[in-house]
Amino acid sequence: MTSGSIRTGRAEPGRGLGIRHAVAAALAPALALFAGFAQANPEPGQLNMTRGVTTWSGEPYFLNNVALGVCVVIGIVVFGAMFIAMFRFRKSRGAVPEKWSHNTTVEIIWTAIPVLILMALAWMATGGLVSFADTTGAQMTIKVTGYQWKWRYDYVDYQGKPVSKVGFMSRLDELSDKTRQLHSGLDPYAVTTDGYNTYLLNVDKPLVLPIHTKIRFVITSDDVIHSWWVPSFGWKMDAIPGIVNSAWTNINVPGTYRGQCAELCGQDHGFMPIVVKAVPQEDFAKWLAAQEQANAPAPAATPAAASTAAAPAGHG
Amino acid sequence: MAHEATHDQHDHHHAPQGFFQRWVMSTNHKDIGTLYLIFSLTMFFIGGSFAMVIRAELFKPGLDLVQPYFFNEMTTMHALVMIFGAIMPAFVGLGNWMIPLMIGAPDMALPRMNNLSFWILPFAFALMLSTLFLPGGGPAGGWTMYPPLSLQSGSLAYVVFSIHLMGISSIMGAINIIATILNMRAPGMDLLKMPVFVWSWLITAFLLIAVMPVLAGAVTMLLTDKYFGTSFFNPGGGGDPVLYQHVFWFFGHPEVYIMILPAFGIISEIVPTFARKPIFGYRAMVYAIACIAFLSFIVWAHHMFAVGLPLGADIFFMYATMLIAVPTGVKVFNWVATMWGGSMTFETPMLFAIAFIILFTIGGFSGLMLALVPADFQYHDTYFVVAHFHYVLVTGAAFAIMAATYYWLPKWTGHMYNEFWGKVHFWCSVVFVNVLFFPQHFLGLAGMPRRIPDYNVAFANFNMISSIGGFLFGASQLIFLGVVVHCAFFARKKAADRVWEGAKGLEWTVPSPAPHHTFEVPPVVRDEELAHGHVND
Repeated sequence: MTSGSIRTGRAEPGRGLGIRHAVAAALAPALALFAGFAQANPEPGQLNMTRGVTTWSGEPYFLNNVALGVCVVIGIVVFGAMFIAMFRFRKSRGAVPEKWSHNTTVEIIWTAIPVLILMALAWMATGGLVSFADTTGAQMTIKVTGYQWKWRYDYVDYQGKPVSKVGFMSRLDELSDKTRQLHSGLDPYAVTTDGYNTYLLNVDKPLVLPIHTKIRFVITSDDVIHSWWVPSFGWKMDAIPGIVNSAWTNINVPGTYRGQCAELCGQDHGFMPIVVKAVPQEDFAKWLAAQEQANAPAPAATPAAASTAAAPAGHG
Repeated sequence: MAHEATHDQHDHHHAPQGFFQRWVMSTNHKDIGTLYLIFSLTMFFIGGSFAMVIRAELFKPGLDLVQPYFFNEMTTMHALVMIFGAIMPAFVGLGNWMIPLMIGAPDMALPRMNNLSFWILPFAFALMLSTLFLPGGGPAGGWTMYPPLSLQSGSLAYVVFSIHLMGISSIMGAINIIATILNMRAPGMDLLKMPVFVWSWLITAFLLIAVMPVLAGAVTMLLTDKYFGTSFFNPGGGGDPVLYQHVFWFFGHPEVYIMILPAFGIISEIVPTFARKPIFGYRAMVYAIACIAFLSFIVWAHHMFAVGLPLGADIFFMYATMLIAVPTGVKVFNWVATMWGGSMTFETPMLFAIAFIILFTIGGFSGLMLALVPADFQYHDTYFVVAHFHYVLVTGAAFAIMAATYYWLPKWTGHMYNEFWGKVHFWCSVVFVNVLFFPQHFLGLAGMPRRIPDYNVAFANFNMISSIGGFLFGASQLIFLGVVVHCAFFARKKAADRVWEGAKGLEWTVPSPAPHHTFEVPPVVRDEELAHGHVND
């Protein structure tokens, strides 16, 4: 049923990057430098949330694990008591029903203890929430716009300087798109990029971001509500027409991180993935310069410039 | 009421003659209760067949059966049919049948309105389901109908109208239940001696009256936005799509408790019966229900943590949501304490009640995890949420309804259901429902969004397990149908008036099957006959 072996996940060295199409040309200098990067994408048989790869993404992971642990312990106590009761107090074992129906001490205890546990959980969660809400001090701004059914990324500023005319549409890659058609006859297991199955999790042009940089996202939509979600970043944020939401990330590990739209947005909601390629800062600077150069000076349509055009026609 | 009473004198000893007169023109709470329950079971199978389409498409990666748009119609219709067609009418049916019997009333307070509130429903659902056969298809924007997406649907007007009808039906049912409970209790049936099921319905009815008009308002605004040029939710006209979500969830969260509070009541009747011991902490149970109902009004935005709420709102709604764990925990602990020191037997209603307590609590645990906002940023709109609300709605609400059906079926039909097949139904259901929904936790944690018709192969194995569980769980419900039909029409074994050895309460003092008219003369209530007659805590 599953193809390939179970991957261990983080930081597998020596894996090449798998971005299809001509975009690779612009990235060629960077490609060679990616000696090691994390693979924090869904794995067959994965049982728990990803730890993620950013300075903040440990917060939901930690809270998830703590809350799960608390629930398991409470569950063992409560269900354990239930099963003991079911075994001991059976009519078939001659149990005689007692008459009591009330015990104030016990009731106070089992009201107070959950309150204390909840206070501890709330305290931990509040810390994570406050740090997430602080989008100040960002060194870079990316504007994300949701469309039915693709994403647009615009690079607004980087290291205090405005970025001119770097922006592009990012949509489901061609192979996934062909494979996902009803009765396509194509095998989803055959959609791989460098040995990793990227069916429905690959795009034509990924969002390229630098690591070790506090990046602010401003997120909106042009039509219906979408939600921008890369699990490795630890959050999702709705893209809502008429509203600009903000969120931030600071990626620790270079790599390719995959996500999907997480708010029902119509028939192709399941087919508008998100791919982020995180690269070292120097590589990012080169990439950004190449993009600006390609787009800025001449009206001559280079392939990269063509893809910056809004809403390529004839899709979806 | 006096008029109704004299009218009833005419057919004192027998049901009205003629199928049409008895079932369509009925003002009898038992017949209307039966109609509600049959309607609910029908909708349960229709909604279930939609779920089978969903699980079949998700059986393996790749689109094999349906187009994505049809898949979205299925998820939307599955939710609408199950919530408004299966779960809510089932509780109204149980309330109709049992509340008058439990409080010693001859009928519901407003029998004709009772007839109307039922007969609106088949038309509302015929209207809604008919959209599946119309050009353009049914609603496909999710049962929450978020704009602007829902405004793209050509069937919006049908759905809005049918929701208005369902809302009218629910509000009339709720008014009837409140009027009955507050006015028609037999002398001696004090409020704090009422069965917990009656209490839970009294509180639920107030929730219904409070929030169904809110839903009606929200969907009416959708309607005017689409057809009458308003811009409530259209940013191009100065509106706000998030406003809809606030209004919707102000209805939606109490709605969630509308679907679980009567279940709490049912479990609180069944556990003492089969433990042969009075319920532990009766007043705490009643207060906990009231407390949960109150909290349900101030937690709505926990469905919206990903819309970009201000920090203060996130914190408030997180704390308020976590608070719900306290009264809910009290209820679970009290059920366990009721069992402790009892003398238990495990007939089918008790098996379902025990499964309810365990599996609903698991749904509560994932609910607590979802309340933690930073973690919810990951869980939100994934299969983790799908697993969560199916644990509270299927193994919670639906299991409680099944428990109630087995518990009271002998009283309704006068015959015992087949205990062996009841137990087969239970064990199949409880095993397969976990095969169906437990792996969905893992899918959500691994990053699979909800409401998608196709997925990466990394999600393939758990989806296949879930689908297999789904097919088997769906098939298991045919056993339920068989047991109910057999009990109603073919069973030979007569049920005693007091069907269960440990059962207490007025409903067990009337014959089995319950005659067409009961308690025309108010019963003399003796505290020791009541399940909760000697409450002093």
